[in-house]
Amino acid sequence: MLSKRIIACLDVRDGKLAKSVKFVDTVDIGDPIAKAKEYYDDGLDELVFYDITASSENRGIMVDVVSEVAQQIYIPFSVGGGIRSIGDANRLLWAGAEKINVNSAAVVRPELISECAHSIGTQNTVLSMDIVKVAMSPEFPSGYEIVINGGRKPMGIDALEWALRGEELGAGELVVNSIDADGTQDGYEINLTRMIAEAVSIPVIASGGAGKPEHLLEVLTTGKADAALVASMVHFGKYTISGLKQWLHRKGVKVRMRY
Amino acid sequence: MGRPIVTIVDYDAGNVKSVQRACRKVGIEAEISADPEAVVNSDKVIFPGVGSAVSAVDTLQSRGLDEALKEFYHRGKALLGICLGLQIALEHTEEGDKDCLGLLAGACQRFEFSQRSIKVPHIGWNELEVLQSHPMLKNIQSGDEFYFVHSYYARMEDSNNVFGITQYGDIEFCSVIGKDNFFATQFHLEKSGEIGLKLLAEFADWEGGTC
Repeated sequence: MLSKRIIACLDVRDGKLAKSVKFVDTVDIGDPIAKAKEYYDDGLDELVFYDITASSENRGIMVDVVSEVAQQIYIPFSVGGGIRSIGDANRLLWAGAEKINVNSAAVVRPELISECAHSIGTQNTVLSMDIVKVAMSPEFPSGYEIVINGGRKPMGIDALEWALRGEELGAGELVVNSIDADGTQDGYEINLTRMIAEAVSIPVIASGGAGKPEHLLEVLTTGKADAALVASMVHFGKYTISGLKQWLHRKGVKVRMRY
Repeated sequence: MGRPIVTIVDYDAGNVKSVQRACRKVGIEAEISADPEAVVNSDKVIFPGVGSAVSAVDTLQSRGLDEALKEFYHRGKALLGICLGLQIALEHTEEGDKDCLGLLAGACQRFEFSQRSIKVPHIGWNELEVLQSHPMLKNIQSGDEFYFVHSYYARMEDSNNVFGITQYGDIEFCSVIGKDNFFATQFHLEKSGEIGLKLLAEFADWEGGTC
């Protein structure tokens, strides 16, 4: 039986691990390579690096981080943030990333998804979606809207519609990131996650809002997510990856326990 | 005798660098090559791969690597297939209705589930059930988990060639197959953490043969 995955998300700014609250205020909290290795040794299933470097001249640092991490961890890891072309994607894959997360650039130019799927494979193409709750309307039948640029720019696109479009264009997995829940540690957006997970036939990774083990349990059961993304709750040492997995295992969730 | 020449077959199907890095980690120095002659003359060959079987088979043929792999296999030297490498080693795949290398009798078909909640591709960590012992599986036990990414799965004609199976939805598929000097895993042992590396490390000593 397939295990539910626990994925740690590391926001990296200028080569340093950063953590944001509601995608606005960020603080640097350490060395991403050391964290990646620590989580790997503690039974992490997968890793996501998100490049939140603002200036384009410092973007090259990410390639170095990826290449260093690839020599230390032997689980899948993906990279996202600022990927606009196949060239960007290939540089990161060559450095050692497994999968590529596209986000804002794909909303602006959806062909980016099919180009990635074609060039690096559907299974390596992850569509990451930043989503806010809005009033249900003919424009937003699901009651959720896609935003870009770290949650600052509403795009007038219905979230569910975009998820289905992304699947059709060749995304192999979806990250459902709730901007409302991001960094709050108050729990994932269960309704949103479930709605998308039930509508698509590709795996869904829930993101934003994890603060305690109960949140993971809820999103992996009621929320129907295939994987749960964690950040602050492990970065600041309040919980460990192995501790979370043991807790979920005791609650009857199938997770990978041997590593 | 010098160090054995280990070659990773490069046919533009996925991240051969990941496999090379994992090899290095377990003390296997492997060269990446797209040259048929280099493949045939190697002591050991790793045949990895992800992505589309159709373009993979086309690329193998256009580089003459299909014949090289067959020749290498028939020389009786250790050959390790990973993921797409397992699938292409069989006779046929439903993916694009494509004929493959035919090293072993078997074929691949797509996962089809009546329940929409079972996602395709099969992505993530799943358990291996070991059915027969094999030198490559010396340190592996049933219940160990490995990382899978695939939409097609293998069905073997001869159950003697099935060393491990994995369950996904209501389908039980062959996740480890082998015959004589060929051994292959559907999962990515280079991305399966320390347990995957433990399996890969056996390749250093394995000379081919199933016992």
